[in-house]
Parts: sequence; structure tokens; C-alpha cells
Amino acid sequence: MDGNPTLERIAKGNGLALLAAGSWTARFAPVLEAMVADAEKLAGSRPNIFIDVSQVSRLDTFGAWLIERLRRSLTRGGVEAQIAGLSANYSTLVEEVRRVKPAPEVDSNPVTISGMLEQVGRSVVGIGGTVVSLIDMLGAVLAAWFRVLIRPRSFRLTSTIHHLEQVCWRAVPIIVLITFLIGCIIAQQGIFHFRQFGADIFVVDMLGVLVLREIGVLLVAIMVAGRSGSAYTAELGSMKMREEIDALRTMGFDPIEVLVLPRMLALVLALPILAFLGAMASLYGGGLVAWLYGGVEPEAFLLRLRDAISINHFIVGMIKAPVMAAVIGIVACVEGLAVQGSAESLGQHTTSSVVKGIFFVIVMDGVFAIFFASIGI
Amino acid sequence: MALQPQSDAIIRVRDITVQFGKTRILDGLNLDVKRGEILGFVGPSGAGKSVLTRTIIGLVPKVAGRIEVFGVDLDAADTATRRGVERRWGILFQQGALFSSLTVRQNIQFPVREYLRVSQRLLDEIMVAKLVMVGLKPEVADRYPSELSGGMIKRVALARALALDPELVFLDEPTSGLDPIGAGDFDELVRTLQRTLGLTVFMVTHDLDSLYTACDRIAVLGNGKIIAAGSIADMKASKHPWLNQYFNGKRARAVVV
Repeated sequence: MDGNPTLERIAKGNGLALLAAGSWTARFAPVLEAMVADAEKLAGSRPNIFIDVSQVSRLDTFGAWLIERLRRSLTRGGVEAQIAGLSANYSTLVEEVRRVKPAPEVDSNPVTISGMLEQVGRSVVGIGGTVVSLIDMLGAVLAAWFRVLIRPRSFRLTSTIHHLEQVCWRAVPIIVLITFLIGCIIAQQGIFHFRQFGADIFVVDMLGVLVLREIGVLLVAIMVAGRSGSAYTAELGSMKMREEIDALRTMGFDPIEVLVLPRMLALVLALPILAFLGAMASLYGGGLVAWLYGGVEPEAFLLRLRDAISINHFIVGMIKAPVMAAVIGIVACVEGLAVQGSAESLGQHTTSSVVKGIFFVIVMDGVFAIFFASIGI
Repeated sequence: MALQPQSDAIIRVRDITVQFGKTRILDGLNLDVKRGEILGFVGPSGAGKSVLTRTIIGLVPKVAGRIEVFGVDLDAADTATRRGVERRWGILFQQGALFSSLTVRQNIQFPVREYLRVSQRLLDEIMVAKLVMVGLKPEVADRYPSELSGGMIKRVALARALALDPELVFLDEPTSGLDPIGAGDFDELVRTLQRTLGLTVFMVTHDLDSLYTACDRIAVLGNGKIIAAGSIADMKASKHPWLNQYFNGKRARAVVV
């Protein structure tokens, strides 16, 4: 019963009958389309053409539409092509597809030079918009913080602790592991090259300054931006998509106070802790390599470390940590709240949260370097 | 009332047991859906209506039992046979489950494009035909799902479910969240489509109006089994307490009057 579809041409006097048979269904759509396109060329060749569908065993929307398309193409100069032999149970379907009008065109934007320039212009304006929205969020978070200071009861302690666990406690193993390895690598490279000058012991100076002042906090901030910044954006973004944030607002809650503030606070507390742990792990890793690979005894290492670094190096690192945390948090929350309705938009904003977060962390590091250099620490 | 095996059964479910952890949701359930009928599937909230639907379409694993769709045992079938069966059914999920990053046009064309090698022109024409069938204007074709109303999402999702002209359609609460007029239109639409396309429809619903106007037969789920199956008259005559309350309660009387 599911025979391959056919479309036979039978001459009748000065007219032509197109005899459709077999199964005119979606399965055979590619064949059907080619057949119909072929038959459409007959338009105007005969004074009257009709389409006989009495032999069609099965018909669905695809078949019905292609027959209708054929009928429309064959209809020329006031002579309407007729469909004959339609069985009762298919006539409703054919009626249905008669109502179909030609498809609206897809809006296509051809690539032009002016279009590309427009894109560049929009991106540049977008940078200004990003800065404004970051400052906007900073202001909103500070305002929420002051409201909480005035009414401490509205502070969400449970939520803050929950996020602290997520971004701090659960991050400890991976952060310690990676910073430990980085410490090992710095020490190994240092010893390898310093040895040529017989200056092995200076590896301690390098390791101490680098880890406590720069690498420790920067590396941890970058990892936190990738780990927690992306999580914040995805959480807030999917809440935005499912109208949960609108629901909060209509219940009289400020989303900044309920969602953003606890997250920001958790991050600002977490990053100094993680940076401290990271620095310690790096020093430990570096010391271990210096001992096993460079032959620097632990006592000598510690003695040298005490001489080489001052408390200032440590303080410089620790001052940077909460500021970087605030930058990461603000970027992540701004991006999260900017998510639109689609899954694609969520992905885009999560990516840009991490990229912008890392970018701003490095910019902040540069600003701090200039600042501390000018005040001479 | 007893479900005899039917030769024209398009879905045949035998002794299905589904368990989540220690909770048994479906317990030796039997159900037949006949070719060309609209089966309304009802039951208390949380009884496992959606679970049964998802088990039949293979999204939820079962502990025991046999499921045949179009006469194919879905567990024994190889991948190609399974794909063949999947091409012959369409599913309307409760929340629509439209792809949020694709437009309406792309959503409807997606299954067609994947399965059939046809021209963009035919894809566009079929897309418009489906939109017209579900009662939408072709102008919505280039909107994204987030720009549609709840009723429009259901209609587009139905259009997508019908894209490949399936023989069997699963509808999970198609009228929930629609206003009574919209819901009535939707029932009418399902009826019309069933007549024009010769569909078999498996409809999970809570809507008494749908049961009265759209369904040929009703199956009731309770305690993990089908507790009753038959016409609306059978349901009203039933002595089962839940059925009695459901079909003869205050809301039911309002429908009849």
C-alpha cells in the first residue's frame, strides 16, 4: 500500500491529465518535490490541465501542499488547474493547505562595509555602556550594603554562609593544588637559571616576592573568576530567564539585596582567604623543590625568606584581594542580570562574565602596581 | 473495562513498573491506545501521568514490562528501528520545550531539515502550512520563543510536534495555562487535526472540557495502575470514589450545564 509515488502524464484531447499515485507523504518528500518541480514546467503548454489524485494511497501535509503548489503553478491566464478524484477523507487536508500563503522572506542582512563599520561603532559604544553598568551595579550594591547596616535584620546571613561555602571552602582543594604546583615550577625554573651564576639561594627572594605580591593573588583571582564568577552569572541568568527575579521584585524584595549582596560579600571574604592559602601553598611547593632539587635546606630557606621579604609584600597582596573580588563579583552579577530569554544568551553572558572578570582583574593589578610604586612600598 | 489486546493498538503497554529510588510510581500498568483515537489520560496530581508518557517515549527507564509502539518492541528494537519509530511520533511537552535560541521558523523546520533532504523553499512552505494549521499567522515565524505568549508557545510546540506529519502525537497538558476560550480552540484544533491527518492522540490532561469535547476514550491512572478506561459515560457511571468526585463534582457539573 505504501508504493513509491508517481506522477504520470496522460494526454486527453488538447488537455493533459497528471495522474498522481502511490504514497504522497513526508518520507518521499525529496522525490515528490523533484517530480512536482518537473511538472510545473508544463504550465501554459496546454489549454487545460487537471491533476488526478484518485490513485493516491496516502496523503499528508507534505503531499497535499505539493499538489496544491502544482495546482497554483499550473493555473495560468484565467484557466484554473483542477484537482480531481479527491477522496473525502483527504479533502479537508487539501482545504487546509489552500489557506497557506507564500512564506514570508527571511530578513537577511548582507555583509557590507558600512555594516561592518556600524558593528565596530556599536562595540565601542558598548564598552562605555559596560563601564556605566558596572559603576551602576557598584552603586546599587553599596546602597544595599548601607541599608543593611541601618537595618541589620534584613541581612541574609544564611545565604551569605551558603555562598561562602560554595566559593571559599569548596574551592580550597583546587586552589591549593594549583598554587602549590605553580610554586614548584617557579622554584625549579629559578634554580635552573640562577645556578649558572652560582646564585641558587636567590630563588628564595624571587619566590617570596613573586608569590606574595603578584602571582599568588592574581592567579587565585583568575581561578575564582573562572570558577565562581561564571557560576554567579549562570545562576542569576537562569533565574532571570525563568522570571524568578521579577517574582522577587513584585514581592517587594530588592534583587540586589537578596541575591547580589550575599554573593558579593561571600566573594570579598573568600578571595583574601584563598589568596593567603594559595600563597602559603606556593611557598611550600617552592621550598620543597628548592630543598629536593636545589639542595637548599629548609632552615636556610626560611632564614633567607625572612631577610628577603618584608611584611609589606604580604600586605600589598592582601589589600589587592578584596578589591579584585569585588570586581569579579560586580562583573558576574551585571552579566547575570543582563541575560535575555534564550539559552544562547545565557552562554554568551557567562563567557563574557569570565573574560571581562579576568580582564578587569589584570587591569586592577596594573593600577595597584603603579599606585604602590608611587607611594614607594 | 478490562483491556483486551487489540490488533489495531498503536501503543501497547504491558506490566510496566517504574520506580524512583524506593517509591514505586507505576506498578504493573497495562494500557492500549487504538489507531485513530484521542485518548484522554487523567489522574490525581503526582499519580505519574507524565511519568508514563515519558516512559513510553523512552525518557524514563522502567524496571519491568514491555512497550510496543506501531507494533515495535522498543526495548528489543535496534537503533535504526527506534529512529524510525521516533520519526513517526510527535511530542508536545508541558512547557513547550521550544529551542530558545532558534526562531519559530527554525524550531518547526528543525526536525524536517534533519530527516528530509528538501529545498529551503519547501521547508518554508511547510512551516507556513503548519503555522496556519495550528491557527497562527505566518508573521510570527521570525520571532524567538521568549517573544511569544503562553498560548502561542503551545501552538508553535504543536506545530513542531506535527512537523514531520507523525501518526501519533503525545500531548502533555496541552491546555494548561490557557484561558478557557483558548483551551476550547485548542481542543477543537486537536480534533480537526485528528480528522484531517488521521492522527492518534495520547493526551495527558486535567481539563474536563477537553475530556468532554476532544477525547474519544478516557483512561484513569491511580495507585500506579489504570483504574478505569472507557467513554465519558462509563466514567460518570463508575463507583470509584475518586472518579465519582472527579466526574460528578461541582466543576464537572458546571461543564455539563
